[in-house]
Amino acid sequence: MIDIRTISSPTELEDIKKQVQAALKSGCTRILVCGGTGCMANGAADVFAALHAELEKRNIPIRIDILEESEKDAVRLGYSGCPGFCQVGPIVRVFPADFFLTRVKPEDAPEIVEETILNGRPVERLLFKDASGKVYTTRDEIPFYADQVNVVLAECGIIEPGDIREYIAYDGYRALAEAVFGLSPEAVITEVTESGLRGRGGGGFPTGRKWALTQKVQSSKKYIICNADEGDPGAFMDESIMEGNPHALLEGMTIAGYAIGADEGYIYVRAEYPLAIQRLRAAISQARAAGLLGQRILGSAFSFDIHIKEGAGAFVCGEETALISSIEGQRGMPRPKPPFPAQEGLWGKPTVVNNVETFANVPKIILNGADWFRRFGVDKSPGTKVFALTGAVNNTGLIEVPMGTTLGDVVFKIGGGIRGGKKFKAVQIGGPSGGCLTTEHLDLPLDYDSLKAAGAMVGSGGLVVMDESNCMVEIARFFMQFTQKESCGKCVLCREGTKRMLEILEKITTGQGTLEDINLLEELALAVRDGSLCGLGKTAPNPVLSTLRYFRDEYLAHVVDHVCPAGACQAFQTYRINPDKCIGCGLCLRKCPVNAITGEKKKPHVIDASVCIKCGACREACRFDAVEV
Amino acid sequence: MKGKRKLDRVQEIIREYGTSESALIPILQRVQAEYRYLPEEVLTFVATALNLPPAKVYGVATFYAQFSLEPKGKHIIRICDGTACHVRKNQSLIDTARKKLGLREDQKTTDDMLYTLEIVSCIGACALAPAVVIDGKVHGQMTPEKLSESLDALENEEKTEGDK
Repeated sequence: MIDIRTISSPTELEDIKKQVQAALKSGCTRILVCGGTGCMANGAADVFAALHAELEKRNIPIRIDILEESEKDAVRLGYSGCPGFCQVGPIVRVFPADFFLTRVKPEDAPEIVEETILNGRPVERLLFKDASGKVYTTRDEIPFYADQVNVVLAECGIIEPGDIREYIAYDGYRALAEAVFGLSPEAVITEVTESGLRGRGGGGFPTGRKWALTQKVQSSKKYIICNADEGDPGAFMDESIMEGNPHALLEGMTIAGYAIGADEGYIYVRAEYPLAIQRLRAAISQARAAGLLGQRILGSAFSFDIHIKEGAGAFVCGEETALISSIEGQRGMPRPKPPFPAQEGLWGKPTVVNNVETFANVPKIILNGADWFRRFGVDKSPGTKVFALTGAVNNTGLIEVPMGTTLGDVVFKIGGGIRGGKKFKAVQIGGPSGGCLTTEHLDLPLDYDSLKAAGAMVGSGGLVVMDESNCMVEIARFFMQFTQKESCGKCVLCREGTKRMLEILEKITTGQGTLEDINLLEELALAVRDGSLCGLGKTAPNPVLSTLRYFRDEYLAHVVDHVCPAGACQAFQTYRINPDKCIGCGLCLRKCPVNAITGEKKKPHVIDASVCIKCGACREACRFDAVEV
Repeated sequence: MKGKRKLDRVQEIIREYGTSESALIPILQRVQAEYRYLPEEVLTFVATALNLPPAKVYGVATFYAQFSLEPKGKHIIRICDGTACHVRKNQSLIDTARKKLGLREDQKTTDDMLYTLEIVSCIGACALAPAVVIDGKVHGQMTPEKLSESLDALENEEKTEGDK
């Protein structure tokens, strides 16, 4: 356990910062194993244990507490947050040399200790190599990182999230001290407003304006809520921030509390993120112990505390009013707006709801000023955006780029192009509420307004890349299945409309669709969009509308030509029997419900494709894997 | 006797979280962590303790995907169905698991109550898609073969335990 002293003034905060900075610079070697969800899934805990055992075996002292006096050659071994490049995990970084070791296995530990710790050389074979075989020693040289700009993620992967003092060494909580001791609440709001920061959770509402509205409402009780219900399938930005730098979120929320006059905050986090919850809990208790949360923060008159509420698995709770209902113990159903949460939020009190990434930007804005923040990004969308880059690209992981970076740069420069030498087809952005972008959008700047004009949205920032083997109609079906399941059932058009749209999409992807179905689908899409109360219903038709807009020919191919051009839809696959494997037992023939299979006993059988309904019964029945698709 | 002990534990949980309405979801989460599902008699008990209509508790319990009103198997296999996993063809994993465990499409738990298969929304391991969570441990970049091996390993574990 580390010893955390109460910090009771900005001067003491500054003292601790200097002490920890000095300790970090003392030349002590430090090994950071990535402790993000991705690397942990890849066995990072085993790597950590192996390194620990190896250090002990060689009698190399391990320094647990950064401020503790210890021998000069002591090594600090710890977990960092996610450095982003999950594809090549588990990642181990060694400082001060800044070696970036990839795909590390427990059995690599002896070599890492021998070569890197004792001899100061990287383990060559663990360094990142690109497709051409070029080797990269440090993080910043790797092309995946070279085009990124890290503001929110700057400390993710460098500091140990489990030790508040490391965050303090990187100017952590200095913005809070400056706000509480040097700025009026109005001045904090003005700074945030002038920075142009917009909500990173999807809609892009100006954060400063939201705060100003809530601040103006007279009330003895106000709340800050952090929306960490990152439900979009394919998005894990907020998860990584909470795991990698939880104090940035706590500090951002506390500054917001000071600005609007709230003394209590809630983080509503998905139960599916156990590691993030664990790190947040630890961070909150350390911040309380340090006097940076709770009564009279840093010795000032301002008090603020934060609680965690675990979600229970409902996508609609990402909608702010539904989220509020859920915290109150209700079914998570949205309420009509107005009144907005700024007027009547949690338990009827004025409430600011922002997402994780939005709050994590706040300390940086207060520290460096609105003008500094505006240097990143574009005029109407300043700052950076974190995206979760996944799917068919070579480099998957978490990336942060200035708003307005083009789609092509993200996919081809940072993402390293499409894996397996396949062709780029589309990107699905913004999850089930978003839309798709195609080759014609490769020069499109990724910012709120450009994306909206292209029929997509930033959403929470999931970027799923698709290649030629992904069928766009099937993808639309996938998202519709998701939103249909997650519709809370309040609005008829959302509840029934998404169901009917899903049925039509299933008809099309199973080869039974007609031209009328496409028209009906479009009509329903518009009706659901216009007839739903909350964002879930209003945006549920987006994947359908945008695939219809850019890939109408694929829909037509399914209903007119009865083919799936991508070869992804099962129903369009042809079942055949491999004569080399078939022994002619006749089992498939008996199982076939439509008598599409013929053949003599003990001789290879054949399937008549014109009769076959592709139910798969023959394939299921065959004991020799002779039925192929 | 057993039923009484069960409710004693629930009583402790309620004491810990209090009886305000906003404690309902955390209480149900803890109860589920304890029993792996929400038994009907527990729902009624919680309703009475919190002074809420049972219908309200039932409404909350059925609204959230996390809660199950049916008992779950000893081992829980969760296949992530987030977009990234879907794009990287997780269907083959679902098919493999169903086949291996002998589950029909509408069946979640095996008849011997050993395994429950859940198709869940994004677990946030997208960069390692497709992902499968077996008894709480995340496995990334899954293939049907690897999943098959993991399930065999569980089966062997069960067998050795049975032999003891």
